Amino acid sequence: MAFFLETLFGGLMSGMLYSLIGLGFVLIFKASGVFNFAQGAMVLVAALSMARFSVWFPQWFGFDSLLLANLLAFVTSALLMGCMAWAVERFVLRHLVNQEATTLLMATLGIAYFLEGIGQIAFGSSVYSINVGMPKDPAFILESLFEGGLLINLEDLSAALISALMVALLALFFQTTATGRALRAVADDHQAAQSIGIPLNRIWVIVWTVAGLVALVAGIIWGSKFGVQFTLATATLRALPVVILGGLTSVPGAIIGGLIIGVGEKLSEVYIGPLVGGGIEIWFAYVLALVFLLFRPQGLFGEKIIDRV
Amino acid sequence: MFYRENGQFKTTYQSDQQIFPIRQDRIFISLLLLVAFVVMPLVASDYFLKAILIPFLILSLAAIGLNILVGYCGQISLGTGAFMAVGAYAAWNIGVRFPGVPLVVQILCGGAFATLVGVIFGIPSLRIRGLYLAVATLAAQFFVDWAFLRIPFFTNYSSSGSVSVPALSFLGFSLQAAGAKYLFVLSFVVLFALLAKNLVRGAIGRQWMAIRDMDVAAAVIGIRPVYAKLTAFAVSSFIVGVAGALWGFLHLGSWEPLAFDLNRSFQLLFMVIIGGLGSIVGSFYGAAFIVLVPVMLNHLPGWLGIPIAVDTATHIEQMIFGSLIVFFLIAEPHGLAKLWSIGKEKLRIWPFPH
Repeated sequence: MAFFLETLFGGLMSGMLYSLIGLGFVLIFKASGVFNFAQGAMVLVAALSMARFSVWFPQWFGFDSLLLANLLAFVTSALLMGCMAWAVERFVLRHLVNQEATTLLMATLGIAYFLEGIGQIAFGSSVYSINVGMPKDPAFILESLFEGGLLINLEDLSAALISALMVALLALFFQTTATGRALRAVADDHQAAQSIGIPLNRIWVIVWTVAGLVALVAGIIWGSKFGVQFTLATATLRALPVVILGGLTSVPGAIIGGLIIGVGEKLSEVYIGPLVGGGIEIWFAYVLALVFLLFRPQGLFGEKIIDRV
Repeated sequence: MFYRENGQFKTTYQSDQQIFPIRQDRIFISLLLLVAFVVMPLVASDYFLKAILIPFLILSLAAIGLNILVGYCGQISLGTGAFMAVGAYAAWNIGVRFPGVPLVVQILCGGAFATLVGVIFGIPSLRIRGLYLAVATLAAQFFVDWAFLRIPFFTNYSSSGSVSVPALSFLGFSLQAAGAKYLFVLSFVVLFALLAKNLVRGAIGRQWMAIRDMDVAAAVIGIRPVYAKLTAFAVSSFIVGVAGALWGFLHLGSWEPLAFDLNRSFQLLFMVIIGGLGSIVGSFYGAAFIVLVPVMLNHLPGWLGIPIAVDTATHIEQMIFGSLIVFFLIAEPHGLAKLWSIGKEKLRIWPFPH
């Protein structure tokens, strides 16, 4: 039982991370109808810039504070993601308005190649580390309930908390601010939003910036856990089933989908994995999402698909 | 001036419905085939045949397969690499487990197994559409990658996980020389391209296109979506599987599951989109573009005499490749095939603008 709960907790925590990355997909899809395959590359570039600038700033300006270095690096990386969002809107999206979803998908793949290339030229392609002072020690909880307590990884826990905080902040931003309202309007109906004077181009820049920030936070968390390297870009592919399970257009869907996938992956790896040779977490989430979609094609919380001729 | 159809009257249905209704096109295609079959093996160097022409032809074939699914039937698939892998591994397993099976039969069996897997992973398409389906087909990619890596039966319990093919021969001719391999691949590609072209011109192709344009409307006029979608998956995965077997047997020689990973799927999708959705000839343009651009980018610094470190060069190549893709999508979203047909139209009425 204790072991089961430990696995469950581990799953929930990695699930929060998946939610965070899935959120990046959902934000952009809702606002611009683009399925953004470059999200992984964005995570990579953001993490690389964070890792490098937090080392470079102390060298350039000769100070010694880890906090200051991280803060500066975070701000710089955030600015960088903003520039990227502007460039994507100006040079790619603006020219591809009204194209088919497939074309847009391919364009984001092109962007992904570009970002991966330029990121590694600018910041190097070795393995870097990010140190934002996340606790590394394991901890035991609920010792009164179980013998020896439950082993909890504090790093995972703080990562999950940060993700939850980020999700809550985004929800607030979307529900309460004027910009958030504009974003929701664009997500509902592009033309209607435009007709009441919401500037589509600016909204896209904002949304890509927000997605970039989400990528930055995800990159910092993953990077401080596993190191910043090229595999980060492909690691985000693991978060794709989350998005389709939850529904491409639903923010709560991304969160709940992330938790389901996280838990399912961990439990299946522990309980089914040994029977078939291990390593099944690579496809388990996909097959889970696929089977689920067979019964509910729009995902958990996606908008109902209505067929009209 | 030369590309004119004046005086070419079509007096029978047959002549009206042929693949190349204009005489100049027929002459051009015959010349092209002549060059491909006779001149190329004589003049091209081994490097050119092995590193450029053979990959180009095989990937064109795979792109044709994918184009049937994506371009004609409108079902996006990101799992093409997986079906190629199934074709290659199935063909290899047939060869290992039943010695003496001729090469062509092995390759066709590879295609048959790929068809089976393709139909299984095509079943969700009956319920799921668009981008959801695209992500769902990734399930095929990751599952197949995993299966060939982790289930030792498929690699005949080889310790390294990679498989290699023995010396190939076809009807007693050895297929070791680059020229022989090239001719073998070329024959396959020409035959399958012809087959695909005729399929998409026929009744089944029209059903696919109806499904692509609007599946509910197609169902209303009496096209069975189940049948149309699954046949598209079947035909597409058969061709892709054959291409996979060719890729493994005649291009790679020995391979690991990594040879058919997600990047291969993306690459094929690029070919189809850049070449032109819903165009058989576009698949060739797309494949040529995707095969040639990296080769060119690779050689460019050397030709210009700019010294660049190897890893920087790879990253710059990646950047240029990415921007080229975006550029082409913006410049001509309908692909190179569309440019080609615009050019042909212009040529027909030249020197007049209309």
